Amino acid sequence: MIGYIARRVLVAVPTILVIITVAFFMMRAAPGGPFDLERPMPAEIRERVMTAYGLNRPVHEQYLSYIGDLARGDLGPSLRFRDKTVADIIAEGFPVSATVGGLSILLALMLGTLLGSIAALRQNRPSDYGVMGLAMVGITIPPFVMGPILAMVFGLGLGLLPTGGLDPRFGMTPERLVLPVITLALPQIAIISRLMRASMIEVIRSNYIRTARAKGLSESAVIFRHALRAAILPLVSYLGPASAALVTGSIVIERVFQLPGIGRNFVDAALARDYTVVMGVVILYAGLIILLNLIADLLYAALNPKVKYD
Amino acid sequence: MSLLSTPGEKAEMLESAAVQGRSLWDDARARLLRNKAAVTGMIVLGLLVLLAVIGPEIWPHDYSTIYRDRVWTSPTFENWHWFGTDAQGRDLVARTLVGLRISLMVGVVATLVSLLIGITWGATAGFIGGRVDQVMMRIVDILYSLPFIFFVIILMVVFGRNIVLIFVAIGAVEWLTMARIVRGQTISLRKMEFVEAAEAAGVTRLNIIRRHIVPNVLGPVVVYVTLTIPVVILAESFLSFLGLGVQEPLTSLGRLISHGAQDMEVARWTLIVPAATMMLTLVCFNFIGDGLRDAIDPKDR
Repeated sequence: MIGYIARRVLVAVPTILVIITVAFFMMRAAPGGPFDLERPMPAEIRERVMTAYGLNRPVHEQYLSYIGDLARGDLGPSLRFRDKTVADIIAEGFPVSATVGGLSILLALMLGTLLGSIAALRQNRPSDYGVMGLAMVGITIPPFVMGPILAMVFGLGLGLLPTGGLDPRFGMTPERLVLPVITLALPQIAIISRLMRASMIEVIRSNYIRTARAKGLSESAVIFRHALRAAILPLVSYLGPASAALVTGSIVIERVFQLPGIGRNFVDAALARDYTVVMGVVILYAGLIILLNLIADLLYAALNPKVKYD
Repeated sequence: MSLLSTPGEKAEMLESAAVQGRSLWDDARARLLRNKAAVTGMIVLGLLVLLAVIGPEIWPHDYSTIYRDRVWTSPTFENWHWFGTDAQGRDLVARTLVGLRISLMVGVVATLVSLLIGITWGATAGFIGGRVDQVMMRIVDILYSLPFIFFVIILMVVFGRNIVLIFVAIGAVEWLTMARIVRGQTISLRKMEFVEAAEAAGVTRLNIIRRHIVPNVLGPVVVYVTLTIPVVILAESFLSFLGLGVQEPLTSLGRLISHGAQDMEVARWTLIVPAATMMLTLVCFNFIGDGLRDAIDPKDR
């Protein structure tokens, strides 16, 4: 097990290095630079600023020095916000993004498992069709449509929940999290309940479930003790892709609800050629997704006695 | 001595063979046509495609014509603004039709790109096997775990909004699952008894691939393609929402929806019309995809 983890981490290092390299050179290939503002600064000052950030050196030198800094854990200064380092920006935004993302995946797992199991156990009956119909709606409505609609209905219409963001001045009060978490979770609830339904249907037709019923176990014991454990396995392997989907979703959600997370800044940073921030966010999310995939794989092995990692 | 002694018996045999001769594909088609949701999906999608292809040509308004005095007209039969106009007074029917056309095009072309890469990669890995297979699939595993969307965003930011780039960028993201499916199918098929039997019977390699491998790989691939198109359309709408999709005045459903979401409080129809169109399109694809899957691989019905 430990050997397996060590090997996965060893593979992750070159992977991240490749990501860094590709992202670095792609950003540098972009026309324009961080100091090509709408109101151009005098050439002399621009020159001095570029030199101060080392942007005048040849690209490969910049690359090597970036990797060097990175090895020491230094993500560099933001090029857009003069008084902030990339680490500051991540430290400010990440707790917000992580809270919203973590709560969403929890909600999606709980509701998705529940709805999917209900649909499977009532296959081809009204409640099955109901759940699958809702899942279809959840999959086909993009979050950036669902977000404003929910905000309009629950925020402006019913006045139940605040629509604004997690403004640091007001703090992260729970009711400010409700709408973003639900919006981010909805597509995942839909996907997970479909997965759950399919795998549950397969499981309850298997021989050991028939045996469990034949030996007179109660229906709840059959489902909870025998079927659910096996049926939940495909969900575990979906956790990796789900985390990637949440990252994508968070970019949208943080814009729609004006959350001060990391995703919101990414596009702006890329457009403003804030190289260091773009790199920092890419590295953070790549590392996170690799980590979550590893955890999902380990969890899968822990739950499934047929799989052994060594 | 032949078993078929008289010409009459032979004819009878042939006739009954013709009656019984239903391939798996015939069965699948019959199952598909019995599926009401899938049939409805196909009919509605057919209409939508027809609208997207000829609609913009015959509709009285052009999608880029700006009527300065008709900003945010609510839906009316006057002046043919059936679905109203947008923030610049452009006719929403015309824009939705063009948006639908672009979205469908992005969906189909990007999926084809992913299909091309995925089949080539997966089939190569599956056929060659061994170490090559291991390395190739390891690469897919690694790519699977990347935040690809960041690269797509950087790509779009770097090289500007270019529709060809959208095709390639999204297609390049979606090919991974395709490669896995094709490889899995190829490997399991190569070990199948009927392939062995065909080999033993002296069928040529080309014919084995053509008559036995391809039809069996095709099923899951077709299902996956139908289910990928809506995912691609959603991916494009995601880029559009970030302002990185197709360039104005050209539009896509995603772009129209993201404008609609902004103007929702003053002009609800600018959100409802394109959002409903997109939902309808995606639901159709999903119904067809689910129907195809149940028809080709009817194990969990």
